[in-house]
Amino acid sequence: MTNQEIIQPENLVYKKPNLLNDKHMHYCPGCSHSVVHKLIAEVIEEMGMEDNAVGISPVGCAVFAYSYIDIDWIEAAHGRAPAIACATKRLWPENLVFTYQGDGDLACIGTAETIHSLNRGDNITIIFVNNAIYGMTGGQMAPTTLMGMKTVTCPYGRQADLHGYPLKMTEIAATLEGTCYVTRQAVHNVAHIRRAKAALRKAFEYSMQGKGSCLVEFVATCSSGWKMTPEAANQWMEDHMFPFYKLGDLKDKGSN
Amino acid sequence: MRGAIVVDKERCKGCNLCAVACPLNIIRLTQKTVNKRGYAYAEQVVEGMCTGCTCCAQVCPDGCITVYRKR
Repeated sequence: MTNQEIIQPENLVYKKPNLLNDKHMHYCPGCSHSVVHKLIAEVIEEMGMEDNAVGISPVGCAVFAYSYIDIDWIEAAHGRAPAIACATKRLWPENLVFTYQGDGDLACIGTAETIHSLNRGDNITIIFVNNAIYGMTGGQMAPTTLMGMKTVTCPYGRQADLHGYPLKMTEIAATLEGTCYVTRQAVHNVAHIRRAKAALRKAFEYSMQGKGSCLVEFVATCSSGWKMTPEAANQWMEDHMFPFYKLGDLKDKGSN
Repeated sequence: MRGAIVVDKERCKGCNLCAVACPLNIIRLTQKTVNKRGYAYAEQVVEGMCTGCTCCAQVCPDGCITVYRKR
């Protein structure tokens, strides 16, 4: 059997989701953001919500998310995505509304919006991509930077007396009454990508069923900011990020 | 079961994650050629071994890989 015989439309088993357009993504090679984009496109396509999905894009690396996934988008001011998502969902409750935010956007400048939106139980999904660094602006320390981790603004490593402690936003969200589903996932290998996709689908379904707000955190890599190859960054994430940011569901109220 | 992959070589950024994910180690980055943007791109180096498991395509951040499988 030659490759020409195999490469026929009837034998197709996997291709890029149609919602993800052909525009060249600006992300660095191996960036976790692109994988999360792909999962969002796949889940929306599988749910048949292409015409009723509204994403709120953040400020940060994912600022151009609206260019890559062919759904409706609103670009928010830095950290204010949950506020816009809340208004959008209240005005158009039949729509699937989600925000897409990084750690600088969600855990730093937008902490108040995020916590209050989750606490109000707005029927939105907040997608939180946590790579422990400010990627777009050149690798500065973020609220989620690990203790001892080196960045350009803490070149000797993060120290508690000088910089304080890393913030676990997902754990905080799990304690809020308004949240329905809070989970932490990763997208560095096939097994985790499948689990992450299932978690994302569950979050989108809960928010469409009006069960409360959902937070899906993706522990992610920033190979440029961490100054590693994508492969080494994945390994570093497994060795250093996962012991602190433990993967799994923290809260699942919707299944009851 | 036999499979084959088609890589969108102009979209590929040469991150090498597909080669790491491939259980049969039959994907490599090109050694001497690059695409328009200057990245070495992924290609299937051993023909006839691919089973079409889709691991490479699922981890590909940019969705460059299309997988075909025939029984």
